[in-house]
Amino acid sequence: MHLEYTIVEGDFVNAGSASSSIKKTLKQLNVNPSIVKRVVVALYEAEVNAIAHAYGGKVTADIDAGTILLRVIDRGPGIPDIDWAMQEGNSTASPEVRDMGFGAGMGLPNIKKNVDRLNVQSTVGVGTTVEMEVNLA
Amino acid sequence: MKLTEIAELLNARVVCGQERLEEEQDIAFASDLMSDILTLGDNFPMIVTGLCTMQTIRTCEMGNLDIIVFVRKKKATPEMVELAEENDMVLMECDFSMFKACGLLWEAGLKPIY
Repeated sequence: MHLEYTIVEGDFVNAGSASSSIKKTLKQLNVNPSIVKRVVVALYEAEVNAIAHAYGGKVTADIDAGTILLRVIDRGPGIPDIDWAMQEGNSTASPEVRDMGFGAGMGLPNIKKNVDRLNVQSTVGVGTTVEMEVNLA
Repeated sequence: MKLTEIAELLNARVVCGQERLEEEQDIAFASDLMSDILTLGDNFPMIVTGLCTMQTIRTCEMGNLDIIVFVRKKKATPEMVELAEENDMVLMECDFSMFKACGLLWEAGLKPIY
C-alpha cells in the first residue's frame, strides 16, 4: 500500500494530518497499538520538523505485511550539520515554533528512539529526506 | 480517582467527553512542551498543560493520550473541541496555575510517571 500527503510550509493547523491518517490506516490493519504509537510519534515529529523548518514537501508511506517505510521529503533549506541536529537540545526553531510547544531539540532524537531504521540525507539549498522504517510484527 | 472527582477538585469545566467522567485515572503528567509529551512511551497519563493549541490535541492524539486538563484559564477553541470529540477525548478547563493544579492532584493521590 502506498500513501502520499503534501506538507505546506508553516501550516501548523494541519500539522499531524498525515500522521493521523496513517494512524487510522494502521489501526484498521490491526497493527499492535504499541507499534502504531511508535510509528505515528516518529512521523509526527518529522512532519512538524518539515512544517517548521522547510519550504514544504511531502510524506510518503509504503506499508507491506512486515514493515512500514516512511519518507518525509522537503524542498530545503537543508541541514548543514546532521550530527549536530541529532543531538538532544540542539535546535534552530523560531520563537513561533517554540510557542507551539516544539523546538526543544528533541525531535530527531525522539524519532531515532521510535523507529527501527533511520536515515537522514540532507543537501543545503536542495532539501532533506528523513527515511524511517518500523517493523510491524 | 474518578474524572468527575478530578473536575470537581480543580473546579474545572468539562468541555468535551462528559460521558467518560465515571472513568478512573491514576497517573498524570504535566508539561507545556509537546516533545516531552511525545516521549511518554506506553504510559497513558492524564495531561496537565497550559499550552492550548490545535497541536496540543494533535500531540495527544499521536501519543494515545485522551484526557487533557488546560490550566491557567486557557480555553479550547471550537476546532480543538471538534478534533478532541473525533478522538473520544476528555477536555477540562481549569483556572488554576499549573503548580496549584498539580499540587491538588498530587495531594489527592494521583501518581507521576517518574
